[in-house]
Amino acid sequence: MAIILTQNLTKKFKGLLAVDDVNLEIEEGECFGLLGPNGAGKTSLIRMIIAVSPPTEGNIWVLDKDLAVYPRQVKAILGVVPQLDNLDDDLRVFQNLTTFARYFAIPKKEAYRRSTELLRLFQLEDKHNSRIRELSGGMKRRLLLARGLINQPKIIILDEPTIGLDPQARHLVWQKLGELKAQGITQLICTQNMEEAATICDRVAIMHQGRILTQDSPQALVSRYVGDEVLEIEANSGSRGKIIEELTSCGLDFVDAGDMIQVFHVSRDELARTMVNFPERLRQRPATLEDVFFRLTGRTLAE
Amino acid sequence: MKPFSWRFIRMWQRDRDVFLRLWHAEAPGFVAEPIMILLAMGLGLGAYVGMVDGQRYIEFIAPGIIASYAMFSASFECTYGSFWRMEHQRTYDAIIATPLSVEDVVAGEIFWGATRSLITGSVILVVATVFQLVSSPWALLIPLLSFLAGIMFSSIAILFTSLVPSFYSFNYFFTLFITPMFFFSGVFFPLSSFPEIVQTISWIAPLTPVVHLTRALFWGEFHLNLLLALALIIVLTFFFFSISLVTMKRRLNI
Repeated sequence: MAIILTQNLTKKFKGLLAVDDVNLEIEEGECFGLLGPNGAGKTSLIRMIIAVSPPTEGNIWVLDKDLAVYPRQVKAILGVVPQLDNLDDDLRVFQNLTTFARYFAIPKKEAYRRSTELLRLFQLEDKHNSRIRELSGGMKRRLLLARGLINQPKIIILDEPTIGLDPQARHLVWQKLGELKAQGITQLICTQNMEEAATICDRVAIMHQGRILTQDSPQALVSRYVGDEVLEIEANSGSRGKIIEELTSCGLDFVDAGDMIQVFHVSRDELARTMVNFPERLRQRPATLEDVFFRLTGRTLAE
Repeated sequence: MKPFSWRFIRMWQRDRDVFLRLWHAEAPGFVAEPIMILLAMGLGLGAYVGMVDGQRYIEFIAPGIIASYAMFSASFECTYGSFWRMEHQRTYDAIIATPLSVEDVVAGEIFWGATRSLITGSVILVVATVFQLVSSPWALLIPLLSFLAGIMFSSIAILFTSLVPSFYSFNYFFTLFITPMFFFSGVFFPLSSFPEIVQTISWIAPLTPVVHLTRALFWGEFHLNLLLALALIIVLTFFFFSISLVTMKRRLNI
């Protein structure tokens, strides 16, 4: 059953098409990644799904409830972890959680119990009475995550959950997200970190210029768009033209990436059999989601 | 326009909790300053002012000081305070992703601003009572009036907040709107000292009816014009409250 369903979802800002006819079906219990370069429309899409931004066109259903009709009921079961820290600087760490619990009408005693539990879970117990500005970036991020779980959400929506974190903190976040998934909590994650998407997401959608270009499991996308391996040919300006000519005539799938030529859907041995002038400076490496990303969204800066 | 729900109380509680933690930092503004003005103007300047009916000048200005500092409290809270929460801390963004709507947040802020007016009005009233300036038991209703006026001034302030691009814009609000009201709404001298035209304009300023009503309760002297003053406050409150819900929604729910 789709827990989040969007239909022809469109958002326009002053003539600019930020989200263009997006149809998504996110299954209950899965971790769904939304990938895309800056300005692709990910945050605009997320803001519509968390009911803080009305769609220009189209519909959203969360747990079979029409978001336009039942925004409060939907927001009550969502946990939102924003990209920008919007913790309440006027309140201490523990108060941040209990005050947030009150927005969800969670009774005081229960709010205290959950807040204590969440601080322990995210290893912030000793920061209980700290000011927000005394926390490090990693601690703030963990507190944001803890805050997003205060209402025991059925769906948690995270915008760049590990941006700016050191590897230790990043892995802690991934581990917690894994635990939440094991509890059956659906996750929708916006990210530009391909490693993150490949590690934690069951399925990803790649978004570009407001549209969803493709969606599938990271592995399926890699084999569909790139193959198992990527061959990277280093070519100087002298040999470059020749190599490209030969690759084209052999009908191979390749991209001229500027400093090198990338060949897809072919192994080193196959290439050696196909090409007459087999290039010397050639490197073979496993294909990644990042290759898919580049193939679909291009290498130039979008903004 | 959508109405707000009971959940506005959550926003109010949030602001109250912050106030209870930080009130000592704000006390100079809403306790020390009005008392200073009351004493300096009332006793200092008052020594040179002869009132027509033998009344003391400090008794004349005390209710006006209550009304204007109720106005200041609400106005500061819902301009600088609200803008800080909205733009700098992004507190509103965090809250509207919970079951609270933009309308609940705005209403919570307005009622909190009004609560600040009530606190300020009450503190000055107590001081005035200690100085034996209050002459009527009707004065017990003044905190309630401060609260009502607070709703009106908070609504005006948050409407402005919902429209401005930056902190600097509040200079206009205070210099061109709040300060003139402080001087030309009959706080320090009766409006009758002004030419007719100025008197008429002064009645449009939302502080004027508040000053008149506070003074009436303070002295226990009533006349029919006060009903008009009360009606004016209620109409302006409804007007600005409703518009601010719409403009803030337009700003946040984009």
